[in-house]
Amino acid sequence: MDDGLKSELTKQGIYVVKLEQLYNWGRSNSVWPLGFGLACCAIEMIAASMARFDLSRFGAEVFRPSPRQADLMIVAGTVTKKMAPQVVRLYNQMPEPKYVIAMGACAISGGPFKQGYNVLKGIDRYIPVDVHIPGCPPRPEALIHAFMTLQRKIDAQKVFGPDRARHFDASQPSEFPIPLYGEHDLVPAKNPNVWEPPVVVR
Amino acid sequence: MSAATETSAGAVQTLTFPDAGQTGFQRRAEVIGVGREGELLEVAMGPQHPSTHGVFRMDVVLDGETIVKLKPVFGYLHRNHEKIAENTSYLGSMPYTDRLDYFCSLTNNWAYALSVEKLAGLQVPERAEYIRIITAELTRLLNHTCLAGFLLQDMGALGTPLMYAFREREKILDLFESLSGARMMCNYMRFGGCRCDLPPGWLDAAKKVVAEYPKFLDEFETLLSGNEILMARTQGVGKVSAELAVNAGLTGPMLRASGVDYDLRKVDAYGIYARYPFRIPLGSHGDVYDRYMVRMLEMRESLKILEPALKDIPEGPVVDPKAKLRGFRPKAGEAYGRIESAKGELGFYLISDGSPNPYRYRVRPPSLINLTVLEDMCLGQTVADAIVSLGSVDIVLGEVDR
Amino acid sequence: METLEQIKTRAERVVPGAQLTIIKNDSPSAQHSLLVAVEHAFAVAKFLRDDPALRLDYCSNVSGVDFLDAELSEKVKVKKVVDGVEKEVEEVRKTKRAGYLEVVYHLYSMSLKHGPVILRQRTGNRSDTVAVMSLTPLWRSAEFQEREVFDLYGIHFYGHPDLRRILMWDGFKDHPMRKDYQEPDDYEYEPTPHDDVCDKTKAHYPKQEVKA
Repeated sequence: MDDGLKSELTKQGIYVVKLEQLYNWGRSNSVWPLGFGLACCAIEMIAASMARFDLSRFGAEVFRPSPRQADLMIVAGTVTKKMAPQVVRLYNQMPEPKYVIAMGACAISGGPFKQGYNVLKGIDRYIPVDVHIPGCPPRPEALIHAFMTLQRKIDAQKVFGPDRARHFDASQPSEFPIPLYGEHDLVPAKNPNVWEPPVVVR
Repeated sequence: MSAATETSAGAVQTLTFPDAGQTGFQRRAEVIGVGREGELLEVAMGPQHPSTHGVFRMDVVLDGETIVKLKPVFGYLHRNHEKIAENTSYLGSMPYTDRLDYFCSLTNNWAYALSVEKLAGLQVPERAEYIRIITAELTRLLNHTCLAGFLLQDMGALGTPLMYAFREREKILDLFESLSGARMMCNYMRFGGCRCDLPPGWLDAAKKVVAEYPKFLDEFETLLSGNEILMARTQGVGKVSAELAVNAGLTGPMLRASGVDYDLRKVDAYGIYARYPFRIPLGSHGDVYDRYMVRMLEMRESLKILEPALKDIPEGPVVDPKAKLRGFRPKAGEAYGRIESAKGELGFYLISDGSPNPYRYRVRPPSLINLTVLEDMCLGQTVADAIVSLGSVDIVLGEVDR
Repeated sequence: METLEQIKTRAERVVPGAQLTIIKNDSPSAQHSLLVAVEHAFAVAKFLRDDPALRLDYCSNVSGVDFLDAELSEKVKVKKVVDGVEKEVEEVRKTKRAGYLEVVYHLYSMSLKHGPVILRQRTGNRSDTVAVMSLTPLWRSAEFQEREVFDLYGIHFYGHPDLRRILMWDGFKDHPMRKDYQEPDDYEYEPTPHDDVCDKTKAHYPKQEVKA
């Protein structure tokens, strides 16, 4: 629509927006995280929701205890192989649209504990991750920055068209297979549909 | 208890509640024998649960609301710290010790540095000892304050005491950040002293925080310690007798709440604790309220150590000039060093074979051993009491699972 | 507290047939330990706990240690005939030592406020005789720690009330803290590899031809 017409209508008190913008505006300003802290990063996540750094001004005050009521899973801390099936199960239980923030070096790639037999080298081996926050632990300000990045990502999601968001596309999966406890390792070690090791040219 | 309501016809109808004689705030924990009609319900509480303080799971078998059996399950945060340490040098393991009890990183660092100093026979200069005791007591304040906040959150006071506790925590974390560069994972102690000296102005900032702390504690205690709901929910809950506490190897405030006088700061007198007269609060019942009160009183005693230590700290080097940091190879042998961390006795058992990496590196985790009595504490009580008892044990999963 | 030699003499008197060995510790910490055979471990531990002079009622730490088969070499001064003259020559003597697993207990006393007394139990070897006595009936604090030693080292404890895995999941087959444990290979993506991790990563990529 012509910008001049838009500003004329605005002066009269009539606002013209696309359905996408309204839909995304409502969703991005009230993202409810799942109360799910694994390790040290969880303490910084709690500190980010406390009085000094205050995550609730972004709409994320209510940390839901149940995954059925949450939009966002902040994987804060090291994901071990013993815990990985539970993380994937919780992700599957969340209703669409859902997002994942991998907080801290451990959730991104195993972090300082990379050489551990029980450490999963990154939660993005099994579930798709939207925002990665580096740090060990990342400061609460970094978590707020990640929140704002996620909000911008949600604002840019489309409702119609070939590149529409995942939850509008019936062919995209919203639940991912849960790994099983094997005798020496998890079975399968990674989900090839979600994660392939990036090719590094040396 | 009875209530009167007016029906639509105008007559007054009196309703009597079945448990007349008990007010809403009085509860008696009665052991209900298994034999009533119905089935036992097996519930897994955790690993994702708002009140399990991390990824901890309790498999409880319930008869109604009463717990008949409770088995703790952990290992969900087993990060192979001991195996990684066998492949890393002694100094390289220092950042990993921060992540053990991730709430109090500086006491973990001190415990490890103490064990290596015992193994290698290193001496620590005076100024470093003062810095160590100051940071350890600040950490103890931090830990006990936040524990009170978390305990109250488990009881249903969603967020408010925790907000107050974290407000004070932020002040102390600012001190740690200016000292070592990081808020939580400080990595500050070295074998033979500390990594670097105090920045200018740090002592004045610390004195200010310590001077304002008693006022905050008074505010906190006014809201909490005499609170009717807190007292009703914690008195008589989660009792541990003194004999069981000693035999189960409990340490820290859990042990002292059962009445046993054993505090490593007095028994081992490591560091310069012997110079400061501070008292050890002891409980008499061993229940959750005693543990809470022991922690509150311990905080006040910590302030009695902090105030003179901040005044008396001498000038001097902060690391032993003879200590070698690079190429550190202690003689073959073993040592077990322990300190009184905020949770209990944190010990490191190191076996060296003369190489730069330790041969065996073992952490004695206070939280894991304090969990031994979880089942005994919770049998015969309701699920709500089990949550409160677990909160009072003060576990941090990084330490339990390492 | 009495010295370790005095404790050893008294324990050998109280428990018939027990032969305790003092393992010396060369480090400045001077924490020497007592090695006890598996058959007498429970009786010796009971004596240590109940004896009125010792009263070691607090078992602080239980750890497992793994010693692989090793070749020990020591320099020995031997009289030898060299060029017709008898001289003292230093010779390196190598002895083979079979591998074993060990459980180390650190005992303190809360009532008398002394300690530590360090007790050790050794298994026969690392493959089939891997059982020792559990001291959990005496000290409840050993309950979870002995389970952890079983989980990570594979040492079986006779008399433990509930011996099962504690840190790894139940279907796990290996004992990860042993020195010869092979960890699973999931090092496909290493942004900053170093040392042996670099080699593990390179194995996942096809060999790249270097262009002249």
